[in-house]
Order: sequence, then C-alpha cells, then structure tokens
Amino acid sequence: MGFFIETVLGGLMAGMLYALVGLGFVLIFKASGVFNFAQGAMVLFAALALARLAQWLPQWTGMPANGPAAFAVAFALAGVLMFALAWLIERLVLRHLVNQDGGTLLMATLGVAYFIEGFGQSLFGSDIYKIDLGMPKDPAFVLVSVIPGGVLVNREDFYAALIAAALVAALSLFFARTATGRALRAVADDHLAAQSIGIPLRRIWVIVWCVAGVVALVAGMIWGSKLGVQFSLATVALRALPVVILGGLTSVPGAIAGGLLVGVGEKLSEVYVGPYLGGGIEIWFAYALALACLLMRPQGLFGEKIIDRV
Amino acid sequence: MFYRDNGELKTSYGADAQIFALAQERWAFIAFMVAAFAVVPLVADAYWLRAVLIPFLVLSLAAVGLNILVGYCGQISLGAGAFMGIGAYAAYNLHVRIPGMPLVLSLAGGGLAATLAGMVFGIPSLRVRGLYLAVATLAAQFFSDWAFLRLGWLSNDSSSGSVTVSGLEAFGVRLDTPQAIYVFCLAVVTVLGLAAKNLVRGAAGRQWMAIRDMDVAASVIGVNPVMAKLSAFAVSSFLIGSAGALWGFMHLGSWEPSAFSIDRSFQLLFMVIIGGLGSIAGGFMGAAFIVLVPLALNRLLPIAGDALGMPFSTAAASHAESMLFGALIVWFLIVEPHGLARLWSLARQRARLWPFAHGAGA
Amino acid sequence: MNMSDSTHLEPSHAREASAGVILDVQHVSLSFGGVKALSDVSFDVREGEIRAIIGPNGAGKSSMLNCINGVYRPQQGTIRFRGCEFGHGATHEVARMGIARTFQNLALFKGMSVLDNVMTGRNLRTKSNLLLQALRVGPSLREEVRHREFVERIIDFLQLQPWRKVLVAHLPYGLQKRVDLARALALEPQLLLLDEPMAGMNVEEKQDMCRYVLDVNEEFGTSVVLIEHDMGVVMDISDRVVVLDYGRKIGDGTPLEVRTMPEVVEAYLGRAEQPQG
Repeated sequence: MGFFIETVLGGLMAGMLYALVGLGFVLIFKASGVFNFAQGAMVLFAALALARLAQWLPQWTGMPANGPAAFAVAFALAGVLMFALAWLIERLVLRHLVNQDGGTLLMATLGVAYFIEGFGQSLFGSDIYKIDLGMPKDPAFVLVSVIPGGVLVNREDFYAALIAAALVAALSLFFARTATGRALRAVADDHLAAQSIGIPLRRIWVIVWCVAGVVALVAGMIWGSKLGVQFSLATVALRALPVVILGGLTSVPGAIAGGLLVGVGEKLSEVYVGPYLGGGIEIWFAYALALACLLMRPQGLFGEKIIDRV
Repeated sequence: MFYRDNGELKTSYGADAQIFALAQERWAFIAFMVAAFAVVPLVADAYWLRAVLIPFLVLSLAAVGLNILVGYCGQISLGAGAFMGIGAYAAYNLHVRIPGMPLVLSLAGGGLAATLAGMVFGIPSLRVRGLYLAVATLAAQFFSDWAFLRLGWLSNDSSSGSVTVSGLEAFGVRLDTPQAIYVFCLAVVTVLGLAAKNLVRGAAGRQWMAIRDMDVAASVIGVNPVMAKLSAFAVSSFLIGSAGALWGFMHLGSWEPSAFSIDRSFQLLFMVIIGGLGSIAGGFMGAAFIVLVPLALNRLLPIAGDALGMPFSTAAASHAESMLFGALIVWFLIVEPHGLARLWSLARQRARLWPFAHGAGA
Repeated sequence: MNMSDSTHLEPSHAREASAGVILDVQHVSLSFGGVKALSDVSFDVREGEIRAIIGPNGAGKSSMLNCINGVYRPQQGTIRFRGCEFGHGATHEVARMGIARTFQNLALFKGMSVLDNVMTGRNLRTKSNLLLQALRVGPSLREEVRHREFVERIIDFLQLQPWRKVLVAHLPYGLQKRVDLARALALEPQLLLLDEPMAGMNVEEKQDMCRYVLDVNEEFGTSVVLIEHDMGVVMDISDRVVVLDYGRKIGDGTPLEVRTMPEVVEAYLGRAEQPQG
C-alpha cells in the first residue's frame, strides 16, 4: 500500500512538470491556433542559456561562482533571450504564414525546432551542463503516522512540483481574469474577427510566445536541474504532447489534468503492467492513452468540440 | 528555341495524359534511365555508390511513399520511420525464418506488413486530422520503437534488437558488390516509382487530392473518405515499408531499432517538404537534397572554418545541418510550398519559351 | 432570354402534374444546439421539374439542401428519394443514389485543374482497383480514357475548353461556378441540387448559367432543386417554388401563385407594403 502511494505521489509530481510543458503548448495554441512543435527546443534553448550564462557570468564579471546573484542574473538574461527568440519567430516565421492551414504551421514549427536546437547548441555548446537550484536532493519520509514506515518522497521533485503548480496557477488566473487574457482568447477563436475589433494580432502573438518562452525557461530550469541540461531535453516536448491531447488543446485546466493523469498513469503502468510486457512501456503508454482519447473523444477531457463547417 | 512544344499535338486522350508530354522530354528520360542502369555502375566508384546513390534511391522511394500520404492525400504522418522499421524487421523475419525464401518476396513481405500496420494506424485519420492525426502517428512511432527493442521474437531474440543479413542474392545474381546492389535498388525503385506515378495521375490520385483539398465536398461527390484515406495509408506504407526493407538489407546490412527512430520520420518529412508536396519527382529531389547536403557541409565547413580561423568539429557540422534544414523548411513553406519540384517545373517552362520571355498564352 | 421582360414566357419544360415524385421531404426538422434551422418542412419534387427554394436570409434554405444531400441529419422527419428513405447512410452514399450538388461557397478542389476536378465526379463509376491503376494498362487505361471522353462532353457543354488544364484557383469566380456545375454533372445525377448558382454573377453570366440549367433539365431530364435569390431567375426558369422563412414553409406552388401569397410578400417586404405588380 505504501509503495502504491509512493508511485502515485511520484507520478503526480512528474505530472506537474508535464503539465508545465503542456501549458506552453496550450497557451500558443489558444492564442494563435498554432501547435508549437518547437516548445521542446525552446525548453532546451532556455535551459542551455541559463546553465551556461550562470557559468559564464562569474567569469565575465567576477561574481561569486555558483552564487544566487549569478543565477538570478543568468535567469533574467535567459528570459530576455527567450523574449528575443519569441519576437524573431513571430517576425520571420509566423507573420508570413497567417492564413495557412494547421498542417503547414505544424511543419513550420518543426523547422523552427530544428533550427533552435542547432542554434542553441552552437551558441552554448552541446555537453551536459548542470543547473544547481540549491534544492535538497535527499528524500523525505512522510505520512509516517498513517502508514508504517512512511512513504518515500523525493524532495527535489516535491519542490519542483510546487514551483510548477505556482506558475500554472498564475497563468490560469492571467488567462481568465485579465484583459490581455481575454484578448488572447478572442484571437484564438478567430484571427480575423479579433483583428476587426481592433486587437493587435501581431503584438498578441509576440506576447503569447514570450509567455511560452518564460514557461519554457522555468520548465528548462526544473528539468535541467533534475536530468542535467542535455539534448534529450528537447524530447520532453514529445513526452508532453499526449498531455494536451488528453486535456484538450484549448484548456488550461485540461493541461493540468492531463499532466497529472499522464504522470500517474505512466508510473503505475510501468510498475504494474510493464513487467508482463517486457518493461520500458513508459515511452508509449502516454501515447496509447492519447490514441484512445482521439478515437473516443478527440477534443480531450476539457477541450471544445471540433466542428467542421461545410 | 531548342526545347519547344510546337507541333506536339495529341490525337488521343491516352496520349494527352502521358507522363512526359513532349517528345524531347521522353527521349531525355529514356536516355537518363539508360545511363543510370548501364553507365553509372561502370563509372561510379564504390564510395559514391555506397554513400550517395544507394541511400538516395532507397530514401527516394520512402519519400515518394510519404508524399502520397502527406502531399497527395493531406494526411500528416510523423511515424514514417516506424513503417520503414516494420518493413525492415518483417522482411528480416521472412528472410531468416523461411529457408530458401527469395529476396524479392521477403522485401515484398516487408512492404505488405507495413501496409497492414499502416492501415491499422491510419484508422484515427477517419476521425481526426492535422495535429491530432500527427499524435496518432507518433503513437505508432513510439510503439514500434519499443516493440523492435523489447519484443524478442521480432529480432530473432537479439537482446538489443539489432539484426544482420548477409549472403543476399536475387535472380541468381549475388548482391555483394556495390554495383550489383545499386542496380537492384535502381530496378526496384524504378518499378515502384512508375507504379506510384500511375496511381497519382489516375482515379486514385484524384480521390486522394479531393480528400486533401476538401473532404466534405469529396464525400458529397461520391468519394468514400474511408476508402480513400485507408488506401492512401496502405499504398504509402507499402512503399515506405519496402524502402525500409531495402534500407536494412541493401544499405545497412545490419541495423538496430534506432535506425528507424523519430529522427528518420522527421528526415523523411523534410524530404517531402523540400522536394515538394504532391509531386512524385519531388520525392526524388528532396531525397537527393537531404543526402547530399550533409556530405557537402562536412566537406565545406572545415574549409570555411580554416578560412575564418575557427575550428569546426563534427558536432558543429551537425548543428549547422540542423539549422540549415530548419531554416530551409520554414523558407520553403513560406515561399514555395511545392518545393524543388515546382522550382524545377517553372525552370522547364522558362526553358520552353526561351529565348522569349512570355508565351502566347501568358 | 430577356430577364427584364415583365411578360413571362410559358416555360416549355413544364411537366404535367401526373409525373412521378422523385424526392419527398416529409416533416423535416433540424436543430443545431438550441437553434431550430428547420421546422416541420414538407414538400415534394416531381420528376423532371425545376423546383426553386426561396426565402429571406437565414430561412434555412442551405440547411434544407444539406439535409437532402446527407450532410446534415434531421432530427425529425424523413426524406425519400425515389421511394427509398435515406438519412442513415454516409454522405457519399447519397451521391451513389443519384443526387449531386453545387455549393454556395464553391467547394472546388483548389489544388487540381478543371479537368481533374470534373474527373473526380466520375469516381463512383470507376471500377478498376489500385493494382490495375498502378499498371495503367488494358482495362484501367481504357476506363480512364472513357471517363475522359465523358468529361470532355461536359466541358464542351459548359464551354470550359480553353481552361481545362488550368488550376481552378486561378480562374475567375464565374468560371469556378461553372466548374462546380460540371463536376456535379459528371456524376450523371438524377437530381441536381444547386446552391445559389447565380450568386455574384453579372447579367450575362446569369443568362449563360440559366441556359445551362435549362439545357441540363431538358436534354438529360435531370430534376433540379435550386436555391436562388434573384427573383427574375426564379420566375423564369422554375416550375414550382417552395418558400421558407425562419425554417418554416410559408408557400408552395407555381411562381405566379407564390409571388402573390400574402405570407410570402410579408416575409420579404414586411407588412402593409403593396406587392410589386
């Protein structure tokens, strides 16, 4: 029983991180109808920027190495870089593809992903880098009074999940409550209609991609501290894709629900089903869930129904 | 002046619908094919055959297959690598487990296995499209990655999913020299390529394009969307699976599951986009591009690096490749979605008018 | 044919009341969410006649056509084509039954030429399978040529010869509408549904299109259901008219009968207006 709870808790925490990456997808899709395949590449780019700037700043300016000041400045600089990246993507790519269909836009973001991956690694290098958030790495035992022996919880994962949850909550509020959030929702509904009531389409897109960039930065920071900053971070996006399918591409709470579902599902299936199938089923379990969802309820748990007009 | 269509009047509908409308083009194509079959094997060295021509041929076949699905029928697929792998592993099993199995039948069997898988994984296309369909095809990709690695019986119980083939022969000829392999691949690709071209210019191609352009209207005029989409998946997967079998048998000799990973899927998709969506010739051009550019970069970058005083590592070359391909994909999608094939056909039209700038009907 | 002529020619194609009913719409109701697009609409179409559906904007005319076509499924009521009830089959089955249509918004296949667009209409009659097509010899080649011959006759009929190899996206609107009609004709339909075929056309184009519709009706005996806003066209070429307003049928009869019905006049012009003479 204790082991089951451990697995579930571990899954929930991993799920929170998935939700964070999924949120980046949802934001951009909600606002521009574009599915951003480059989200993973953005996570990698942001993490690389953060890790390397944190290393280089002390060398350039004499700040204490590994100190919080260097880290904070590096974080801010990385954020600026992500804004610049967002602006460039809008300027060079999105602006020219305004009326194209979803398939074309998807392939364009695929191209952008490749470019960012190559660019980031050219700029910052392609070794494995560390991000040290100063989080305690040792596990803790909780619920000792309820279950004999307690349940093992990875403290680093726990704090990471907290950070992710905070960001997710902030973004949900932003979307639901603010005027910009409303404008974003209008744009997601109908570009031309939103333009015709005076919403500045391109500026909105830049804002959204910047926000997605910040999400990528936080996700990169957390995943990077967990796994080390390396090329495989870019594939995190592919892991998070089923999350938004399950939750619904247009729903922020859906990304959260989807993330938690996938996180828990992956862990449980690996532990309880995996051994019968030869192990390693994590890589496709989430996709199997997404596939089932597509066949039965394509819009996901919380998404809007997709309607075809003649 | 030299390349004219004057006097080219067709007297039958059959003649009007030929692949090459101009006699000049027909002759050029025949000469080209003769050179490809007879001259190249005698002239090209082993490096060119092994590193450039054979991979080019096999990847062209896969690109043509993917183009049928993505370019002609408008169904996006990110799982082409998996179907190549299914073709390769199925062909391997047929080759290894059935003694005396002819090579061509093994390869065809690989293609058929991929066809079945393609039709199964194509079922979601009946309900969803665009990104959602892309996710379904990714499911095929990741599931196949796992299956090749973990399902021992697929790889004859090899622990890492890696397999080897050897001692191949077809029609009594041993395929152990680059020349023999090249001619075999050329023959297979020619036959299948022509078949593909015939399909896309006939009723099947029109059905697929109707679904791509407006599938509700297509069903209103009597195109059965289920049959059209599944047939696109079937034909496409057959070609991709056959290409996968060829890739494993002819080009690699021995392979692991990672040869058919998602990177392969993206590579094929890039070929289709750069070569031109909705064009058989585009599949070939895209494959040529994708095969040649990395080789060119590997040669040129160190030279550029020396000139600029910056050393270029192989890692830098592969990053430069990523950046170049990414930028090209975006550029083609914005500027010329019909890719190199359209640029080529525009050039031919110009050539027909030369030395004039405009034709009578322009 | 002079559209502005106020004395109307007696349509030479008027069929007698004893002709059979080819389409029978009974008590059809259609809703989207909370919006009722059609309420209890019933009418019939006789073999060989030209039936117009008219009404103010939003009256449900296109929805009615979509129901007949199998694109929408009405929540209530039945639609019978030659006595067979349908509404449970797939959309492409309706085409197989002999019903073709054109679209208000021109659902042409933008990536294909005029010839290819019209050739897709022959799809239902293509018998050869994939393998034969891949080889393109013998039966499949002959079939392709036969379809091409049929399509060329339609192209001649609609005078599209100069543009047969042109991409439809490059054609002007009036020509695109003709291609839409050509594609529908390629199905050899018994019932042709035309959704605002004259929309956006100038006077000459409208005259041409009217001529084509009448020729199709007279030469091939095709029954036609047509949605149209131009009253002159409706009065001149249709045998009978159905008038819809807010999803209900408010008039049914010959053009002359319908245009003086008070409900119809009110729907178009509002109350207390004098009807035009």
